[in-house]
Amino acid sequence: MVRLTINGKTHNVDVDPNTPLLWVIREQIGLTGTKYGCGIAQCGACTVHVNGAPMRSCMLPVSTVVGQKITTIEGLASGKTLHRVQQAWIAHDVPQCGYCQSGMIMAAAALLASKPKPTDADIDAAITNICRCGTFQEVRTAIHAAAKATKA
Amino acid sequence: MNRRSFIVSSAAVTGGLAVGFNPFQTNIVRAQDGSPELTAWVVIQPNDTVIIRMARSEMGQGTITGLAQMVAEELECDWNKVTYEYPTPGTSLKRKRVWGDFSTGGSRGIRTSHDYVRLGGATARVMLVQAAANQWKVPASECVAANSVITHKASGRKTTYGKVAEAAARLEPPKDVKLKDPKEWKLIGKPVKRLDTVDKVNGKQVYGFDLKLPGMLNAAIKDCPVFGGKVKSFDAGRVTSMKGVKKVVPVGDSAVAVVAETWWQAKTALDALPIQWDEGPNAKVSQESILATLKEGLGASQAFVGNQNGDVKAGFAKATKTVEATYFYPFLNHAPMEPMNASARYTPDRCEVWVPTQDGEASFAALLAASGLPADKCEVYKINLGGGFGRRGAFQDYVTQAVIIAKQMPGVPVKLLWTREEDMLHGHYHPIMMAKLTGGLDASGNLVGLHVRLSGQSILAAVRPHIVEQQKGRDPLTFQGLADTGEHSFGYSIPNLLIDHAMRNTHVPPGFWRGVNINQNAVFMECFMDELAQAAGQDELEFRRKNMQGLPRNLGVLNAVAERIGWSKPAKPGIYRGLAQMKAFNSFVAAACEISVQDGNKVKVHRIVAATDPGYAVNPAQIERQVSGSFVYGLSALFMQENTVKDGRIVEDNFHTFPSMRISQMPKVETIIIANGGGIWGGIGEPTICVAAPAVMNAFFKATGKRLRDVPLKNQGIELV
Repeated sequence: MVRLTINGKTHNVDVDPNTPLLWVIREQIGLTGTKYGCGIAQCGACTVHVNGAPMRSCMLPVSTVVGQKITTIEGLASGKTLHRVQQAWIAHDVPQCGYCQSGMIMAAAALLASKPKPTDADIDAAITNICRCGTFQEVRTAIHAAAKATKA
Repeated sequence: MNRRSFIVSSAAVTGGLAVGFNPFQTNIVRAQDGSPELTAWVVIQPNDTVIIRMARSEMGQGTITGLAQMVAEELECDWNKVTYEYPTPGTSLKRKRVWGDFSTGGSRGIRTSHDYVRLGGATARVMLVQAAANQWKVPASECVAANSVITHKASGRKTTYGKVAEAAARLEPPKDVKLKDPKEWKLIGKPVKRLDTVDKVNGKQVYGFDLKLPGMLNAAIKDCPVFGGKVKSFDAGRVTSMKGVKKVVPVGDSAVAVVAETWWQAKTALDALPIQWDEGPNAKVSQESILATLKEGLGASQAFVGNQNGDVKAGFAKATKTVEATYFYPFLNHAPMEPMNASARYTPDRCEVWVPTQDGEASFAALLAASGLPADKCEVYKINLGGGFGRRGAFQDYVTQAVIIAKQMPGVPVKLLWTREEDMLHGHYHPIMMAKLTGGLDASGNLVGLHVRLSGQSILAAVRPHIVEQQKGRDPLTFQGLADTGEHSFGYSIPNLLIDHAMRNTHVPPGFWRGVNINQNAVFMECFMDELAQAAGQDELEFRRKNMQGLPRNLGVLNAVAERIGWSKPAKPGIYRGLAQMKAFNSFVAAACEISVQDGNKVKVHRIVAATDPGYAVNPAQIERQVSGSFVYGLSALFMQENTVKDGRIVEDNFHTFPSMRISQMPKVETIIIANGGGIWGGIGEPTICVAAPAVMNAFFKATGKRLRDVPLKNQGIELV
């Protein structure tokens, strides 16, 4: 049994401790917003927050995150109020196919948590997710817009 | 809860028919919730919600929003009450393909269905107005419809679409409905927001990969890594006792799948499964042997002609200078973010498939063939796609596999998901192509002859062989952007022209990859135009203009980007510019870029100005996103991607060896849209992709004096920074 705290809820799951966190989130917990894209921590579609830090969950053995605070895209909003990154994403019509966007949004939210007013260079360094539709121009605009919406 | 995706995903997930004949009332076709259908495209609920039904697939390109705009324009409904759903292919077949073509590729979604979907909206509007007029016992001509409200002008009486939809659905659809003049459009041409965004930011959108069905099992698969190879044997006993494993099954003669409770268990067991392959004769093929075949084609005496005028030999005889160059464009995997997948449930009485597909009818055909059941016992439910780019249309290999697996576990729904590695090794790749271009310049620097010899793979020979047969062996698609006529006609007026193709097919399956053959043809042609201009000692823009007689729309987009980039004025120090233009998918496209180069190999693309003239621009905001997004796909290929062959198989198996652009490498993209109507509709999703690469290659020459002719540029030590 592995004890996990995901989006504020505690789960006891019967799973091989080497199973990557991504697959536990999807297949045992049943939250499918976090995606598989490569399985080698390249693309970032599987990005979640572990104690607030963005982590690629596809290579992270579930045993290493026991007792830590895990947040997925489903837990990013506060109740019915979407996170300001999600709001900016809607206002700027960012997603195309949308498949990579959960990971992209989690990376952006973590960036704003550590740097409330990121520069373009900060965005370049922090957002390393792959998007094959090519939403980068809108992603950049929306991150700046979300930063402006942050109360200083 | 987002209403729009609820409707789409609930229809998909419950497996219920999105539409069906109403069992308790004749003459009216009803949606699943009982609301009446006015035309195949329009269902109206009592609360005025308009459900627009579209056969084309949304995969990020915005086609559903654009198509809905067109229906809503003619319907005169309240845009805020519009939602959409997909009809199923089986239902469409039963209704004599009332929704038309399901195929979503070739940038055709809007440009080849705009007429009938607008008619579907207009016809429904006329029926709604007539129903209101009947109720009021007044002539319909005295009533007007706007924003889902019908008003009798004389009396001021009003009613809503929801209130009269039931009565309207009983009316005979009128035959002679007139469409609006484009001048009257209010919603078409507006940059309205997409209909499908909310669930993409909160994790709720259900992709094929996310589908859950009661009792569902999960499958992982390995196909023989050498194309054309087979399974010799596998030792299922070694993994059947592993946790969660339910069954190990052969899939056709070339693949093996493990079915387990979870996909991770299936994948873990598959990795542990000993499989012996019979790799067959293709295991001897290498990148070198393929390249040698293509090189031989460059000088071959037999070639299929794609475009010809004048006499190229006579033209060369007049030349005082001859320029010659050889270019190369590689195999490329589509690599959509969501790996291939499909779910299937089979019993001898019914087989159903849930699949992210660019072509529901192609999925249906694959299901019929693999299940062996008649059409009335089969159905396909389309689910959202995590990208397509051409991989999920003509090619339905994952559907075939899912059905074959499900047949071996009757009654149990099975979801098949490929690993990224499986996806990389079993693609339908961008065709590999070389080109040798020869141009003759006279003493005044006029281009007096041009021969473009293409040598390489034909997509249609592999995918649509009947077309190649009709053309006596020729693949007309090879000449996209270079053709003598049609939606991919050549953008220059060169006297003494010959463009031909030595078809050199390989065992690597080719496919339609976003932009298809314009990707390489634009690189070949537009880089060579710069080479010719430079040999003639002329400005690259002026040289092009001289060779674009009678091509006003090609010239229009070229001039637009040249003006916006400031071609006539010098660039800032350290900044270098390049240009390119082409006609593709019936749209005219051009790009001008600004780059800088450090240490001779680190390229920063600062800015790309791109012009697209599709005739009609349904949603300018989505066009901008398609243009800038396509450059991510196109420049990733230009700089850093290729698939190569070793021992008959693809070498690059994931994003570490097949990298894709990141945000730090993204140039600023400025989109110019030219939409002057004229009755011909051009595509959007693909055309513009092709002009970015040659524009950047041309700018690189300006910066360094080094001419790049081989894609990808990483093989010459060049990086995108």
